[in-house]
Amino acid sequence: MNPYDLSAADLDALREFGNIGAGHAATAFSTLLGGVVRMSVTDARLCPFGEVVEVVGGSDTLVIAVYIRIEGEIEGNMFVVLSPESAERLLNQLIPGRTPGDPYGEMEYSALGEVGNILSGAYVAAISDLCGFRMTQSIPAVAMDMASALLDIGLMYGSGEDNQVLLISTRLTHGGREIQAYFFLLPDFHSSSELFDNLRGKMSSG
Amino acid sequence: MVEDRAEIRVGIAEGAIMRGPGRLVTAGLGSCVGVVIYDAEARLAGLAHVMLPGSPSPVTNVPQKYADTAIDWLVREMMRAGASRLRLRAKYAGGAQMFQGVKMEALRIGERNVQAVQKELADRGILVEGTDVGGHQGRTVWFEMPSCLLTVRTARGDMRML
Repeated sequence: MNPYDLSAADLDALREFGNIGAGHAATAFSTLLGGVVRMSVTDARLCPFGEVVEVVGGSDTLVIAVYIRIEGEIEGNMFVVLSPESAERLLNQLIPGRTPGDPYGEMEYSALGEVGNILSGAYVAAISDLCGFRMTQSIPAVAMDMASALLDIGLMYGSGEDNQVLLISTRLTHGGREIQAYFFLLPDFHSSSELFDNLRGKMSSG
Repeated sequence: MVEDRAEIRVGIAEGAIMRGPGRLVTAGLGSCVGVVIYDAEARLAGLAHVMLPGSPSPVTNVPQKYADTAIDWLVREMMRAGASRLRLRAKYAGGAQMFQGVKMEALRIGERNVQAVQKELADRGILVEGTDVGGHQGRTVWFEMPSCLLTVRTARGDMRML
């Protein structure tokens, strides 16, 4: 059976799963920056490759992505994606004394990696509590480049034979759209059956 | 198959054949490899956006996705369109490692994709006329017919012609 043969109820459960993760990440983001962080409705769907990069503006769009590999009972790839403008505002807020517009050095990359680490840590801890999965996350890797070039690893592991992936995405916005970060979770293809079995079990037990 | 001057955009893990003159484009190659096989005299070219080194099974719905089946698919479709097997040449670009400083097997896929493309082309005796591979930058590429030039552009705007 194709593990991606999904019902509307499966996708609802997946959306709720993403909401819980992103909710914890939003709290962590707000603690880090102060102020209010708003969260979009989580989008969870089976998505053709091309649509994944459309979420952040298309394959050629320049973005900053923090990549975190998740391993354990459920495996997958997580990306925190920011526009160059949002990343710039975030860095100016995080690094005291930074001159806005300075080219990125080690300090900038490590600050972005740390933000990705904190946010994904909160997300992963929440979903692993919810489902009782043991999960670990890699140290974060940061790069700035074309969206499709950065996200293609997620597509590789997330797809079976039909060029589609499960995409769980949420947008976090801090301080009136000044800083927007997209959360992408792409479960590995081989992990999806287990994930849905768990979520279906939760639904039937109320 | 498109006649006349065309621009054909090829998505991730997809492929297309063009009867020149025109342009085959694929955007945002990271660890993926854009492989072009062409027959200059017949003005035929095919492009595949290869994502993984090897197909899990010889029969797949998405031959363009894997280096081995993508090259078979390109050769077969080119021949069907009227190319000469002996005149087939190749150019390819991509296979970067986008995220640095982390030792993860997953991030080395670009290198493995390049090795697989190189081997599959050599096994079929297809001469390679130009490559731009590896590094840490994404690439958008387009192949033009009749010039048979493959242009590579990075996010920073650097351009190279092969």
